[in-house]
Amino acid sequence: MSETSKPMDPSRRQFMTKAGGAAGAAAIAPGVFLTTPAQARPADQPVSSDKRWGILVDANKCGTGCNACVSACEEENGWGSANPSEDDSSAEQQAKWIRKVTIKDKATQHVTTLPMMCQHCETAPCVDVCPTGASFKREDGIVLVDKHICIGCRYCMMACPYKARSFIHEDLKDQLPWAPRGKGTVESCTLCVHRVDEGGTPACVEACNAETHQAMFFGDLHDENSEISRELEQHGGKEIRADLGLNTGVRYRGI
Amino acid sequence: MSQAKLLRHLFALMISTLLLLPLATTADEGEKESLPFSDLIMTEPTQRYSDETKCVAPESEMRRNHMEYILHQRDETVHKGIRTRQFSLEECINCHAVKDDKGEYVRVEDERHFCATCHTYASVNIDCFQCHADVPVRSSKMHKLQSGLSPHHSNEPFAGKLASETLQLLTTED
Repeated sequence: MSETSKPMDPSRRQFMTKAGGAAGAAAIAPGVFLTTPAQARPADQPVSSDKRWGILVDANKCGTGCNACVSACEEENGWGSANPSEDDSSAEQQAKWIRKVTIKDKATQHVTTLPMMCQHCETAPCVDVCPTGASFKREDGIVLVDKHICIGCRYCMMACPYKARSFIHEDLKDQLPWAPRGKGTVESCTLCVHRVDEGGTPACVEACNAETHQAMFFGDLHDENSEISRELEQHGGKEIRADLGLNTGVRYRGI
Repeated sequence: MSQAKLLRHLFALMISTLLLLPLATTADEGEKESLPFSDLIMTEPTQRYSDETKCVAPESEMRRNHMEYILHQRDETVHKGIRTRQFSLEECINCHAVKDDKGEYVRVEDERHFCATCHTYASVNIDCFQCHADVPVRSSKMHKLQSGLSPHHSNEPFAGKLASETLQLLTTED
């Protein structure tokens, strides 16, 4: 969780100063924005790089002890408590698509809690190292594992700076049709790609909003009028391990 | 001399019959248009399959080439996010699911499972179901997960021909 000590790059500074003015562009009155609801892509059309999906997490709003995002992910994708097939694996070997991380500032005693999962990097180390092409980034920025090609070498798990991936050690049963998982393959957060493909929102974000924490925003980072882009423009959002220059799709505020 | 000539004639006749015989039989088979494994008694697809609601392609085509369709769809879906329902494995399972005497869907280990009937007979080992669901996911589960906008869980009509009928039956049954 270290932050970069590099001086802010000039283009970023320009972006930040311009952001204030640009934010008002789509506003017709304070707090009222002209936005069009995102149209779901037709099922027979491939994804394109016109969109880049991302999540913004506000760690200040994230509830200490709240586990709603994790439970929702388990339920949606059938891992952890939602699928008891991994009983013979030790806790650290079991699937972990998303986890809650708590950090404490020793100087101020301030405790921060946040969800940690695949950061859907633009230049993903897992994609770089994969020897078979199983680990790949979709056109719309979602990083996935093609389990048909994965040989289970776990190189991507070692390459990931966020410890976001897990490996399945035993035969599974009762997987869900929209989230196939199997022994001998690596898996991670899919950004609920099956929901996103049909115009939906990832289960974790939905659960966080349902808990009224409102700590997570999901949307298209390329669309400057999307809620996530406006939030990022107005209040900013950091990458974890920004020093690695991965340009993550998941951003954090309040860390 | 004439005996030898007669023998030669007989021999020529035998050879020509032998040569022509396969031609005659193939012509016969062409008329019948038999399916691969036509002697196999396969589990009939249960509800959601009728004369009106036929399979996604002709039966002979599906028996020979279903694996090609699934393989193609697999890459389109995983890498490009194309989620048409026509050749989706989930849709195959939803339609061809078989129930046992107790009304429970049989799993792929059971030889009555639609895929298992033929693959056991042909000794072709498939590993699709090490990861993929081998039975339709129950409507109760679907309702539970319906909060998302996904057609897997919602009542939105899909692009595929079979899908809306399938979903209707899935949600109305039980």
